Order: sequence, then C-alpha cells, then structure tokens
Amino acid sequence: MKILVAIKQVPARDSLLTAAASGKWIDESNLEYEINEPDAYALEEALQLKEAHGGEVVAVCAGPDRASATIREALAKGADRAIHIAVDDIVDWDTLATAKLLAAAVKTEAPDLVLTGLQSDDVGAGQAGVVMAELLGLPHATIIMQVDIEGGMLRVKRELEDGWFQHVGMPLPAVLTIQSGIKKLRYATLMGIKKAKTKEVKTLTPGELGVSHVASYELVGVTLPQKSKQTQMVKTVAELVEKLKNEVHVL
Amino acid sequence: MSGILAVLEAGHKLSAETLAAAVDLGAKLGLSVHSVEPGGTYTADGFTDGLAELIRTKQFQVVLFPHTYQVRDFAPKLATRFDRSLISDVIRLRVDSGVLFVTRQLFQGKMNAEIKPLGEPVFLSLQAGAYRAGEAEGVVVEAMPAAGAAPRQKPEEKFREAARAVDLSAAPIIVSVGRGIKEKENLSLIEDLAGALGAEIAASRPICDNGWLPMERQVGSSGQTVAPKLYVAVGLSGAIQHLVGMKGAKTVVAINKDENAPIFEVADYGMCADLFEVLPALTAAIRAAKG
Ligand SMILES: Cc1cc2nc3c(=O)[nH]c(=O)nc-3n(C[C@H](O)[C@H](O)[C@H](O)COP(=O)(O)OP(=O)(O)OC[C@H]3O[C@@H](n4cnc5c(N)ncnc54)[C@H](O)[C@@H]3O)c2cc1C
Ligand SMILES: Nc1ncnc2c1ncn2[C@@H]1O[C@H](COP(=O)(O)O)[C@@H](O)[C@H]1O
Repeated sequence: MKILVAIKQVPARDSLLTAAASGKWIDESNLEYEINEPDAYALEEALQLKEAHGGEVVAVCAGPDRASATIREALAKGADRAIHIAVDDIVDWDTLATAKLLAAAVKTEAPDLVLTGLQSDDVGAGQAGVVMAELLGLPHATIIMQVDIEGGMLRVKRELEDGWFQHVGMPLPAVLTIQSGIKKLRYATLMGIKKAKTKEVKTLTPGELGVSHVASYELVGVTLPQKSKQTQMVKTVAELVEKLKNEVHVL
Repeated sequence: MSGILAVLEAGHKLSAETLAAAVDLGAKLGLSVHSVEPGGTYTADGFTDGLAELIRTKQFQVVLFPHTYQVRDFAPKLATRFDRSLISDVIRLRVDSGVLFVTRQLFQGKMNAEIKPLGEPVFLSLQAGAYRAGEAEGVVVEAMPAAGAAPRQKPEEKFREAARAVDLSAAPIIVSVGRGIKEKENLSLIEDLAGALGAEIAASRPICDNGWLPMERQVGSSGQTVAPKLYVAVGLSGAIQHLVGMKGAKTVVAINKDENAPIFEVADYGMCADLFEVLPALTAAIRAAKG
C-alpha cells in the first residue's frame, strides 16, 4: 500500500507575530518553523498503516527552501521518501492554487491513500485535502480519528461536533484529513536521523507540475485583532486576588 | 445575476446567524436572498452534486455557509467544482462601494486577514459569533435538487462514546490549562490552584491529545460546553474551537505570557505573565484570602 502524506511547514506555535512592513503578511524575519501539528499526526497514522499493511510512505511538502528541514524530520521519523514542491512565495498561493500543486504531485505517484492534516496552523483554511480529493476525483472524509482498512475498503471514524462520532466507509484510493490526537506521536531516533540523510527527496517546480498561479481571492492585508471586550489587565497577584474577592465574589 | 444563497444546516445553531448575514449582505449588495436546507442522509458526494446543480441553474453570485464540521467536509469540494476557493472561517463581511471584503482569522486567531474575493461565485463560510441571528424576511426558500450518481461514502449511525465520568457543565468554577504548562509534571501547579479555588480542572485539546488529562476534561467544539461562574484559563491561547466551548462563562480570567493571545479578547481580567512565576503565589494568596 502506497500512502502519501501532505505536510506543511508553519511558524512555531509560540511565535510572537507582528505584521510585516508591507502589511500583506506577517514579519517572517525572526521566526522559527515546525511541522504543522495535525500533519505530524497524519504522518504518524501513515507510518502505523504501513507497519500494519506494508508498503511505502511518501511525504509531500510545498514551500520554500527552509521547508527541507521539515521534510528531513518526516524522513527521520520513517517516511520512505519525499517530494518537495519548490515554491518561494507559498503564502501568495490561495487554497485552491496550493491544492492544485499538491494534487499534481499526488497524480505522479498514484497512491492508494492520501492523508493530510485537518487544518494548517497558519492559514487555517482546513481545505487542502478536500479540494485535492475533488481535483483527483477521489472520495474523502474529514476530521478522522481512526482508520481501518479491510479488503480494499476503508472504514474511518469521523469526529462530529459536541462529542459525536460517525463511522464512514468508502473505497480506496481516497483522501482523509486527520485530526490531532489520532495516535501517540513517535520521536525520531538517532538511527532514523542518520538514515534520513540518504533518503530520496525529489524536487519539483510548479512549472514541471503544469500548475500556474491563478488566484481566486486577494489578500488585502493582515492586522492584529482589535479587542472587542473591555479586559481589565492586572499587574500583580494581589490585584487579581482582590478582584476575585470583591468583584467576582468567589473567595 | 440571481442573488445570494445561504446553505443552512438543519438544527445547527449557526444556521440562523448565517441567514441573517445573507439578508444583511443582500441589502448591501442589492441582491435577492435565497436559502436551501439540504435534507436526508449527509454525504459529501451527495450534497456537493445537489448544491452544484442548484448553484449552476440559478447562477448565484454569493454562496454562504455556516462554518460547521459538515460544511468543512463538503463546501471546499463544492467550490472546487466552480474552480473557486472557499473562503472559510469568515468573521466579518464589509461592502465598500459595492465591493465585498471579508475578514478571516489566521494563526488560530492571533492575526486577522482582510480578503477581497475575485470572480464568481464567491463561496464563504461564517464563523460562530460573526453575526447575530435576526429577522429573515423576504428569503426565497429553494428546494434541493436530487443528487446525481450514488455517493461513494457509506455513513453509519452517529454515536457518542460511553457516558462521561466527569460532567463539567455544572461546575461553578473551572481552572482550564493549555499547552503553556509545557510538561505533564507541571500539572500539579494547576491541581493546587484548582484545589484552592474549589474548582474542577479542564483543558484545551492538545493537553488531552497528549494523554496528560482524560479526554472528558476537554473543553471546546469537540469537547464539553461549560458555563461556570468563573473560568480561569492558564497558558491557553484561546483558539475559536476552544472559545465556543466556554464563552458562556460569566467571568473569564486569563493568564498568558503573550499579550496578543486571543484569550485576552474574551477575558474580563487578564494577566500577562509567566504562569510558572504567578501560579504558586496566586494559589498561596487565594488560600490566605479564604482563611
Ligand atoms: C476541528 C477542530 C476541533 C478542535 N476542537 C478543539 C476543542 O474542542 N478544544 C480545544 O481546546 N481545542 C480544539 N481544537 C484545537 C484548537 O484549534 C487549538 O489548537 C487548541 O485549542 C490550542 O490549545 P492551547 O491553547 O492549549 O495551545 P496553544 O495554542 O499552543 O497556546 C499555548 C498558550 O500558552 C501560552 N504560554 C506559553 N508558555 C507560557 C507561560 N510560561 N506562561 C503563560 N503562558 C504561556 C502561549 O502564549 C500560548 O498562548 C480543535 C481544532 C480543530 C481544527
Ligand atoms: N504547502 C503545503 N504543503 C504540504 N501540505 C500542505 C500545504 N498546505 C496545506 N497542506 C496540507 O493540507 C492540510 C490543510 O491545510 P489548509 O487547507 O491550509 O488548512 C494541512 O494540514 C496539510 O496536510
């Protein structure tokens, strides 16, 4: 079974964000990057499916040069090889355009299963997987907490709102978007890190994939959210306790 | 040039807000407002085929959805069929000289982006709280066309996991912990504070994903919904999926080292500080105040 996992590199979670001088995106000059959290879970699920059913795990990532660090990490954890879609200005590619890039790369591999995270931590569209499924003509399901494969059929557990779940069956090949927490994440071993250096990373450009950059929306600008509620900021513990006692009346 | 279509989800609380937004947008853009509530068993394939047919025949210019889990499952597919991007998670709609601009969140609410949709139809999904439900007069109710080919997804009955051992919905005071706590071992700081306040302990999703606390203590769209008198959020950023589970709290206190953390937007009292410095002193001061 060949499994393709889409992994995105995003700014590290605790980054202090400010708008860039252009006002069009965040200031990226002092940021550190990491794998998008749900994508780490998608990769974990792919590795465990491979361990159970055999086959191969291929990681695919669209991004600038710095994305190669995230790709190496996926290889160190156990992905067999990777595809790096080299795009310097990935933040300028909208949801549909990004999914077209990823779908074109998937097509070159014809996998049995495509996994993505359910949402990226930076753009947060929550869409690339579903869009890819439509572009590739494959069935899909989203926010997945369990994957079972039996006799060439998939049976997955979808998370619904308010603590509800649902099992859904569908034929392979298919696209699934994976929710965080599906399995416990592994760490890369020293051996894994060593091996990763020898694994194949194929670099493809949008041109080679036959995808051109057409936008269906324009990003006008980014801003810090305005505070809509009057929040009383307190400086000391004593001040907070005084509020809890005299205003909230819980002490 | 037929108008705006609001695609509603039967029984979902966000549907009324979405319809209100469609009515408001219709007035501003001078477009007629239509609604459809697809019925029957949900499948992504079935809903996409039916709605694509409706949008194509009636040539809607704007299609508005509530940002529900179901919409996340099919709306991106539907938009793709028209070679458009769905603009998801919209929190504000603005019309300037007849041109539509929308605001959506980036970085889990730490940044806002203003976006100008290009081309038609425009597909938008609205986040909870973006609009207040209101009068919806003059809305044309559309029938959902029959779906095309048989859907590939075979959905089974919905279910809930075994009854929860912990019911946070009745707790008067909750201390809720987020990833700022860093390590499982540090949870004792939270237990001490909760003990001093006589509070139940809750958490954001990543804390439960890591297995540091049981899933039943998770608050948010995929966890419990709570409405305590006091909700103390510690080292928790305040992503929308968490906020929807606790916005019914009467008073919210937030302790976070990032002054721009979205949790401060919903907090009544905020303290911008390192939780490891503050919590021991806070616990001691509360114990002292209680005597
Ligand atoms: C479909 C879907 C459903 C979801 N359902 C839920 C849900 O039900 N519940 C839920 O909670 N999430 C849910 N999520 C996840 C949600 O989007 C966020 O990822 C999550 O809530 C973030 O958790 P957090 O605030 O603990 O972590 P982070 O966002 O990483 O925030 C950690 C915070 O701690 C602060 N901090 C760090 N160190 C310190 C320190 N020393 N002192 C003080 N502050 C510090 C940081 O400034 C930061 O604000 C869902 C996501 C999706 C896509
Ligand atoms: N540039 C990218 N490279 C690789 N995978 C991506 C990229 N953008 C999005 N994805 C995948 O699509 C998922 C959803 O992303 P999004 O639609 O941006 O929320 C992510 O969790 C990734 O698995």
